[in-house]
Amino acid sequence: MEHVIEMLGIRKEFGNFVANNNITLQLKKGEIHALLGENGAGKSTLMNVLFGLYQPEGGEIRVRGKAVKITNPNVANDLGIGMVHQHFMLVENFTVTENIILGSEPTKMGVINIKNAAKKVQALSEKYGLDVDPYAKIEDITVGMQQRVEILKTLYRGAEILIFDEPTASLTPQEITELIQIMRRLIAEGKSIILITHKLKEIMEVSDRVTIIRKGEGIGTVITAETNPNQLAEMMVGRQVEFKTEKTEAKPTDEVLTIEKLVVTDYRNIDKVKGLNLKVRKGEIVGIAGIDGNGQSELIEAITGLRKVKSGHVKLNGTDITNMKPRKITEEGVGHIPQDRHKHGLVLDFPIGHNIALQTYYQSPIAKGFVMDYKKVSEKARQIIKEYDVRTGNGEMTPARALSGGNQQKAIIGREIDRNPDLLIAALPTRGLDVGAIEFIHSRLIEQRDKGKAVLLISFELDEVMNVSDRIAVIYDGQIVDELNPKETTEQELGLLMAGQSSKNNMNDAKEGND
Amino acid sequence: MSNRVINILVPIISIIIGLIVGAIVMVVSGYDPVQGYSALWTGIFGDSYSIGNTIRQITPYILAGLAVAFAFRTGLFNIGVEGQLILGWLAAAWVGYAFELPKIIHLPLALLAAAAAGALWAFIAGFLKAKFKVHEVIATIMLNYTALYIANAVIKKLSDGSFKTERIHDSASLRSPFLRELTDNSSLHYGIIVALLMVVVMWFILEKTTRGYELKAVGFNKHAADYAGMNVNKNIILAMTISGMFAGLGGAMEALGTFGNASIKAGFTGIGFDGIAVALLGANTPLGVVFGASLFGSLKYGALNMPNAAGIPEEIVSIIIALIIFFVASGYIIRVALQKLSKKKEGQ
Amino acid sequence: MSFLEMLYFIIPSAILYATPLIFTAIGGVFSERSGVVNIGLEGLMIVGAFVGIYVNLEYASTFGTATVWVAMLAAVIVGGIFSLLHAVASISFRADQTVSGVAINLLGLAVSVFLVKMIYDKGQTDMITRSIDRFGIPYLQDIPFFGPLLFRDVYSTSILAFAVAIGAWFIIYKTPFGLRLRAVGEHPMAADTMGVNVNRMRYIAVVISGALGGLGGAVYAQSITLNFSHATIAGQGFMAIAAMIFGKWHPIGALGAALFFGVAQTLSIAGSGIPYIQDIPAVYLQILPYVLTIFALAGFIGKASAPKASGQPYIKGKR
Repeated sequence: MEHVIEMLGIRKEFGNFVANNNITLQLKKGEIHALLGENGAGKSTLMNVLFGLYQPEGGEIRVRGKAVKITNPNVANDLGIGMVHQHFMLVENFTVTENIILGSEPTKMGVINIKNAAKKVQALSEKYGLDVDPYAKIEDITVGMQQRVEILKTLYRGAEILIFDEPTASLTPQEITELIQIMRRLIAEGKSIILITHKLKEIMEVSDRVTIIRKGEGIGTVITAETNPNQLAEMMVGRQVEFKTEKTEAKPTDEVLTIEKLVVTDYRNIDKVKGLNLKVRKGEIVGIAGIDGNGQSELIEAITGLRKVKSGHVKLNGTDITNMKPRKITEEGVGHIPQDRHKHGLVLDFPIGHNIALQTYYQSPIAKGFVMDYKKVSEKARQIIKEYDVRTGNGEMTPARALSGGNQQKAIIGREIDRNPDLLIAALPTRGLDVGAIEFIHSRLIEQRDKGKAVLLISFELDEVMNVSDRIAVIYDGQIVDELNPKETTEQELGLLMAGQSSKNNMNDAKEGND
Repeated sequence: MSNRVINILVPIISIIIGLIVGAIVMVVSGYDPVQGYSALWTGIFGDSYSIGNTIRQITPYILAGLAVAFAFRTGLFNIGVEGQLILGWLAAAWVGYAFELPKIIHLPLALLAAAAAGALWAFIAGFLKAKFKVHEVIATIMLNYTALYIANAVIKKLSDGSFKTERIHDSASLRSPFLRELTDNSSLHYGIIVALLMVVVMWFILEKTTRGYELKAVGFNKHAADYAGMNVNKNIILAMTISGMFAGLGGAMEALGTFGNASIKAGFTGIGFDGIAVALLGANTPLGVVFGASLFGSLKYGALNMPNAAGIPEEIVSIIIALIIFFVASGYIIRVALQKLSKKKEGQ
Repeated sequence: MSFLEMLYFIIPSAILYATPLIFTAIGGVFSERSGVVNIGLEGLMIVGAFVGIYVNLEYASTFGTATVWVAMLAAVIVGGIFSLLHAVASISFRADQTVSGVAINLLGLAVSVFLVKMIYDKGQTDMITRSIDRFGIPYLQDIPFFGPLLFRDVYSTSILAFAVAIGAWFIIYKTPFGLRLRAVGEHPMAADTMGVNVNRMRYIAVVISGALGGLGGAVYAQSITLNFSHATIAGQGFMAIAAMIFGKWHPIGALGAALFFGVAQTLSIAGSGIPYIQDIPAVYLQILPYVLTIFALAGFIGKASAPKASGQPYIKGKR
């Protein structure tokens, strides 16, 4: 069969770092070709090379058999290559149409012909079943619709080859189902698709072939129908991967965290947590399963004091900590691994050692009155770097920015656990990390549980919640709609609950959360 | 080449390019650069009188530089040093002439008043940023003009319609017969000691105290600071206030040392904006500020000798200073060039 | 002075003072909309004022009545070229845009005064002999009330300023260039992936701001001060920035803000001869534009927010 795209022996360097080394990917016409690799394996780099955002140092790109040089996105567009970016490339205060036509605007006597453009957008959206409102502003529409706008951008430019970069990362299960249908429709219309992902399930469901890369190296291409998730995982990671995390039965005892009828608003003053109840006991890991945006962030911020509680109570070991200052709550015995380690977890421009002092810099022995003893900071940092196997270039004085994501996260976890908190909150602790780091972090969470601590885990990844938790609380629309035993539930059941569908055994509770 | 070496090389290269371009400008304009630069040199180091006045000129530059550098280190851009300095100047002059007190009280009081006036003016910008998210660059620019006009109106009022205030009493003066005699009747005063003391103060706050750690953390990443239980708003306001305090003291140097009064100004003193250059050149470190201030202060004072000794307009030095700022600010490109250069060397 | 006479005096004078602000503020709108903060407008105005006065003095006999226009054209060109320094530093060399702008201000003043001293051997130039003229617009000036208020003593440059404001609005909101300009200032990477050359757009925008800033300076010097010295432009550029912000980064908004600030300036300078106004200390009127801008930014007068990507250099491949 004809190859529409051939990337042969591509090499891309950033300074001394080789992001892509001798990678080959061949896309056949009319196929969905998955590009699989861990975070940081070089998938996005390879696709940015194809899209003209980066220039490769070696190798050749052929489009429909012809060798080409793709020097910028315009060239890619002209060759019929379009990219649906993971982080949407949309101007927030522009309308859908304005975003779509940007760069190739239809004009009438020098003036943008917005009506014509909107009509064309409407026609395209009907042809491919991509429901959008041409005149809506991006900031007012859902994530799902924003993604459809991204797809329309490529189709508007006549793309025949579409690159989807981690398209399901921020979608709800329904939106994912819809997206898969859209992709199939695109194929039916004669398009070809490259799907970048690290999710094996999606690959098995939708792709025809898979090319695997690992640490910048091309590993090989296999036909999806002839492989299985275990083999793919092994190719991706380079060794056998345990899908199940080893752990003993939990022996929960006293309640540590008690949340009663909690109501929290977001920055626009809209209720995001709506009368939520939850308990976490010593010696157990409670996993909060849910889709992004159902109140998880607000819940964590309310527990840790970063956001005001509107009503209801948060108790820690029986003490009411509702609306206490964040520092007071930390001192009461809460450790917090924040969901965005770059935004909240670290001061990236500080040395990693100074970051390790972030919660304790004002306490003895680091502080003596208002004077700070940086020698003590270094001592503590070296201890944690050693205990948590944080790989740094230059010891504790390495800038936090220079560490890999996994090592940054290990430092944060070390900092939080070292304070010996009764409750450890871990929000998306493994987001964007490779399998090695993920295993390390999971084992540390379980270790805390075994020491009799309470652990609250928030994750968008069903696998993680199912594997690590002892009890799963499903959050939907600001409420815990059900609590389940991970051993007795299935992903299907969880998925339905997360989407607001009531499960068989408690129809009544969840009804009101369903809109 | 290590990062450290590059960090030091960037300002040095910028200064050298600045001086070279300055020489080219002189040649193109029909002046003799050798004569020009030797006039500049004599203007700075020619005799003890010049040296005394050069040091006097450096003094407010150090404080203005500290003000900008302190703000930078805490994540803020204080472009309002000018306005804070003008108000500090006015406050010091007023306390200097309106009270009669023994020197041991009067001088510190006048200094304190200047620091407080500068701090208050900067506090407004800090408060606006903390509470209303007003960008401090715009706020401080607007406050600069507000300060200038208010100071002028107050001086007019205080002096019953005249253009300058009364002279300060000797008890509030930084001048000393000893320094004057030492430097052949220059206007060198004790302000340099105040300035150097403040250099130590800035270093101590930033490098030795928990407050300094907080200020820096808030400056780099206020979300992480918030997460760590720091009061972000309080730290932003405090950082701005401390920065303004340095600026206000810069004004006191002019009021209590150099001029002995405060007068109506048609425009800005320029010290505040030059402070940005000083801080930048000094990489926002206390010691670096001393070097930056020494360079720019010397150039500014030495330039005054150029029209007489070489017939060149003194503005040539302002041109050179502006160019140096461009080059330091464009440090990225110098870094790239240096790295390429050192790579080539390694390759050989 | 009757109330009507007062108005007939204040409004034309306000428009006179507003005119250079309008040009410069709209220059600022272009630059900031593309994501480049331009604190250097003051310096660009200074350069424009110098060039305007220089050309006017040297070539008045050559160009006769067209002198002011030739001078303005020269200021536009030199302003545009001078702003390239800011463009190169802040776009290509990734310099801090505020710092680069400060350097532009220092350099503009230093170079202009240096040249004045070199050419004329003194700190300020002579007065120009040909300044921008006012004229009455036929028919319109005969309309009762509005005629004497708006059309009797009109500067051609004021008409040009209004035209520039409307033209800028049209360009920014109705043309592909404007769409790309705004996209580059809001989300440069999105624009880049759509094939828009981010840095080229920013260069163009900065040069436009330099040209309009130069024009503003030349207009100010040739209609208000009539000579050039170090104090000719004393804060006009910063007031233009204030007008741009107060006008919420919109050309028509900037026009309105500049007119309003023109009123404040007129009153602060000539207020002592006007009943009621003379009781207000001039300092209140002098600081009014700046204080109002701060209030506007604080959200007391509607929320003004800058383009999202303003102040940041665009580095390919960095998220």
